[in-house]
Amino acid sequence: MKCQQCDKQAVFHITELETGEVRELHLCEDHARTYLSQSESGGPPDDGGPGTGLSGPLTVGQTADELAVLDKKACDMCGITFFEFRNQGRLGCPHDYVHFEKELEPLISNIHGSTRHTGRRPDRAGGPLPEATEELTAVIGLRRSMQEAIACEDYEQAREIRDEIRRIEDRWLADSPA
Amino acid sequence: MNIESLTHVTGEWLKGTGPESDIVMSSRVRLARNLAHYPFVSRASEQDRVEIDRFLRERIATAPVGKGLEYIDVGHLEEIDRQLLVERQLISREHAEAQGARGVAIDGREQVSLMINEEDHLRIQCMHSGLDLRGVWDQIRLVDDEIGRVVPYAFHERWGYLTACPTNVGTGIRVSVMLHLPALVITRQIDKVFRSLHKISLAVRGLYGEGSQAMGDFYQISNQTTLGRTEEELVEQVGDVVPVLIDYERRAREFLVRETQQNVHDQVSRAFGILRTAQTITAEETMQLLSRVRMGVLLGLIGDVNIADINSLLVRTQPAHLQKIRGVELDTKDRNIERARYLRQHFEGAEPAPN
Repeated sequence: MKCQQCDKQAVFHITELETGEVRELHLCEDHARTYLSQSESGGPPDDGGPGTGLSGPLTVGQTADELAVLDKKACDMCGITFFEFRNQGRLGCPHDYVHFEKELEPLISNIHGSTRHTGRRPDRAGGPLPEATEELTAVIGLRRSMQEAIACEDYEQAREIRDEIRRIEDRWLADSPA
Repeated sequence: MNIESLTHVTGEWLKGTGPESDIVMSSRVRLARNLAHYPFVSRASEQDRVEIDRFLRERIATAPVGKGLEYIDVGHLEEIDRQLLVERQLISREHAEAQGARGVAIDGREQVSLMINEEDHLRIQCMHSGLDLRGVWDQIRLVDDEIGRVVPYAFHERWGYLTACPTNVGTGIRVSVMLHLPALVITRQIDKVFRSLHKISLAVRGLYGEGSQAMGDFYQISNQTTLGRTEEELVEQVGDVVPVLIDYERRAREFLVRETQQNVHDQVSRAFGILRTAQTITAEETMQLLSRVRMGVLLGLIGDVNIADINSLLVRTQPAHLQKIRGVELDTKDRNIERARYLRQHFEGAEPAPN
């Protein structure tokens, strides 16, 4: 197979997955390098003018932009960005599975060959667990807001947040009969 | 808990008892669990970690399982004591080397260990000697149930138990068996075995867990995926392959005795000879030689030594154990001398079986 950019042999076969669209690229080593460096740096293509072939249907800049936007997306509870997660391989808090659900889905499917838990469920007297988890993870975000309020010396705001945290904790963390 | 006292007992995984214990050293299951109201450990502040540690300790103490557990503050242990817990497989190397508030709770028989603030807030581990995955699973299930009643685990309808790393999400379970496979190593069939295990998505690791090289022909087989199958199915996935591996290893041992009797007898006798006479010896070499002697004992080529004894030496010649037993801190060079002395004393009087 020939490179889509020149007459050389295509040695890189790239599949780009974008929102609802799959795009296949077949490139020689040189053009693949150019293409990949553009995707990573997010900069405009060097020779992105008409006629290069890469500029039109490939919309390289867009892919990079999308990645850049995704990388900046941050969890509203623990504040971790998707970029930080990609770098460390560790998530920031339980809420990330909700906040980044769309982004994590292909990754998890790749690791486990499945995207649905079929095993045990915790047996807690205090209440249904998924609901408790959702409410309790809010505490992670509230603690951060409280720290910010304290840093700004807005003590009234901090006190209100503290009361909210207590309300949630009282509801879900009350000692359940063992 | 008095850490020193641990050095005088063998601990569960080296007891050398239980079904198939000539080949299966131990069976182990661990569950990864997290609290819903704190960030995962890698993103938690030191204050968070202190609170997580206290919360889990206090809650677990109210559960029936808590009564039989002793809590150790790993964050404040000396390095050698942390190392000792690693050698006994009660905590992971990562847990020993981490920073900040963290701990472990251990039961008196060293079957159950709860690591607090490892990669996840809580790692429940249960271990039995020999092949007993069913027994381990039945035990850890109860521990998990009891803790789950007093601790709000992070749980999601679709994703199951939520873990710091997506590789553990869902069941959070890691099922593993540790096998002693010297004959498969000697007959060079071990790589073939590993390749076929990888194909059915099982992981193979050396003795001391993730990333480390296999020492002394001890290998750990475990599941790699945690989502989409029930815990029972994953326990079965690992359990089903063990009889096959046991059969391969037994056949390889029979082959060695049948076809290369003199060779194998020579090998194990030399290994035994070095252990009884060396003046300085590393932990790695000791492990390698003990592995060969262990096989020699099982094949009836060496008398006067029993398996439990060899198993106990496997851990007591490790660096932290050796120093604890001798009651002094030693550098590597002195440890090698001390280890050789310890082995000589231990084997005094033992004789190779007459051929």
